[in-house]
Amino acid sequence: MSLAPDLAAAAPELFLACAAIALLMLGVFRGDGAGRPIMRLSVLALIVALLLVVFPMGGEGIFFNSLFIKDVFGNFMKGLVLVGSGLTILMGWRYVERERMDRPELPVLLLFATVGMLLMISANDLISLYVGLELQSLALYVAAAIRRDSLRASEAGLKYFVLGALSSGMLLYGLSLVYGFAGTTGFTDLAAAFARDAAAGTPVSLGLIVGLVFVAAGIAFKISAVPFHMWTPDVYEGAPTAITAFFAVAPKVAAMALFVRVLMGPFGDLVGQWQQIVVFISIASMALGAFAAIAQSNVKRLMAYSSIGNVGYALVGLASGTEAGIRGVTIYMAIYLVMTVGTFACILAMRINERGVESIDDLRGLSKTHPMMAAALAIFMFSLAGIPPLAGFFGKLYVFLAAIQAGLYGLAVIGVLTSVVGAYYYLRIVKLMYFDEPTEVLDRPIGREVGLVMGVSALAILLFFVMPSLVVDGASAAALSLFAG
Amino acid sequence: MEIGLAHYLTVAAILFTLGIFGIFLNRKNVIIILMSIELMLLAVNINLVAFSTFLNDLVGQVFAMFILTVAAAEAAIGLAILVVYFRNRGSIAVEDINMMKG
Repeated sequence: MSLAPDLAAAAPELFLACAAIALLMLGVFRGDGAGRPIMRLSVLALIVALLLVVFPMGGEGIFFNSLFIKDVFGNFMKGLVLVGSGLTILMGWRYVERERMDRPELPVLLLFATVGMLLMISANDLISLYVGLELQSLALYVAAAIRRDSLRASEAGLKYFVLGALSSGMLLYGLSLVYGFAGTTGFTDLAAAFARDAAAGTPVSLGLIVGLVFVAAGIAFKISAVPFHMWTPDVYEGAPTAITAFFAVAPKVAAMALFVRVLMGPFGDLVGQWQQIVVFISIASMALGAFAAIAQSNVKRLMAYSSIGNVGYALVGLASGTEAGIRGVTIYMAIYLVMTVGTFACILAMRINERGVESIDDLRGLSKTHPMMAAALAIFMFSLAGIPPLAGFFGKLYVFLAAIQAGLYGLAVIGVLTSVVGAYYYLRIVKLMYFDEPTEVLDRPIGREVGLVMGVSALAILLFFVMPSLVVDGASAAALSLFAG
Repeated sequence: MEIGLAHYLTVAAILFTLGIFGIFLNRKNVIIILMSIELMLLAVNINLVAFSTFLNDLVGQVFAMFILTVAAAEAAIGLAILVVYFRNRGSIAVEDINMMKG
């Protein structure tokens, strides 16, 4: 082992962390007026980090005393996280300025959260998993409460903090049990130990299973899977829309990548132990996401339940525990990212008389006043409902196919049924936009960025079936890399 | 009677359970919730240090150091959010945190 660690392996993380610190200093010296240049520079930093992920320096492998792993799966998920962060910061900034919360620390906090996400995707040890997860969570608690004069935002921040800290505690308790009963914290060593036990036919110790359940519960909190979803609707509703858009995209993708990495990596040989848990939370999330969203009138709360349901569908792929299943999860998260970014671009554009509105009824007759925005939102809603040939249909197709190949017929059937129920509330929005008379006219959409993001994501969703190989090939390679090692 | 690993694990499990109950059963004050969170993290630390001694492996103690550091940052952020909330609401009673249902 050489004394100098191979820093190039973590080039995107290191670059992003240094950029965030430099931007923080810039913000300190320039004062409150520096919000916009710092936002632009942070988006630029995310783009550079994305380039470093797409064109990596050095090969794949395990680095930093086996705390850090660099593989195709990690690179794919990091790319998604960086795209999600960059787009949501870019499109949310006009909203942030209108709501007078354009302080320079906001983009810096979101950059630190992104560094945390990259680190947790690359974690190869229980310690680096925990530190990455906390870096992400701590930055996001502050971001949720960034609007200091708003009661709803501070309440959202408080709820997010308490439930997030509870989930970290549960995760940690699980990690301590895993460490105690397996005797190591490295993912590679854990996987080797479990493989040895499985080959020798030794039964899995009870303490280890309890630890595994606690770890799964802790991560399920972060991806807001039922029964650990309670914080999601309140935080989505209370936090400023631009921050909600950020919450809905990148942290979900990163936490799902972490869940896949933990369950398929070190605990891969314990699939019999965790499969039932994942099947249960998957069914519960899909059902709650479908039924609870029906009664919602606030579009941000609706998106919260929609994201709970979407996490359930992604978990269908993980529950199958096969290479096809992981490929399904990866494709699903990529498509979920585009659909959610687009939908939140539409929500950001919902303003009446310079004030943001959040009620679904404000969308009445949108097709007559804003035909382009109505068309884009309709595409996202049809895609979320899973109607072919839009991208959302293919996302569901891959995870359900994987579940059927793995023999989980019940899970696939329930998934299809709940997506039919879910179609009701997605299509209700389309009906409001196209068949109702407008009551109040929305303002012109703010800023080019929002319109650009809306248009590009709508095109991506619409034309996915022309070139699905762009995403599917990457996802296949990513899934393969988890099974090759 | 010799104090063994099982005793430490039992104490940690009791403390952890107390922490969880402190979060869910407490109806009075958010500060108590923050204390309960600390209690949970300290229970985990007892677990880790006990396992570390039992396994003759230093990693557990290193992990405990990391948890202590992060717990300090977490407490600071929690208190800061609580102060912001108090300025807006004028109360930190748990039953007053009800602007949004859920």
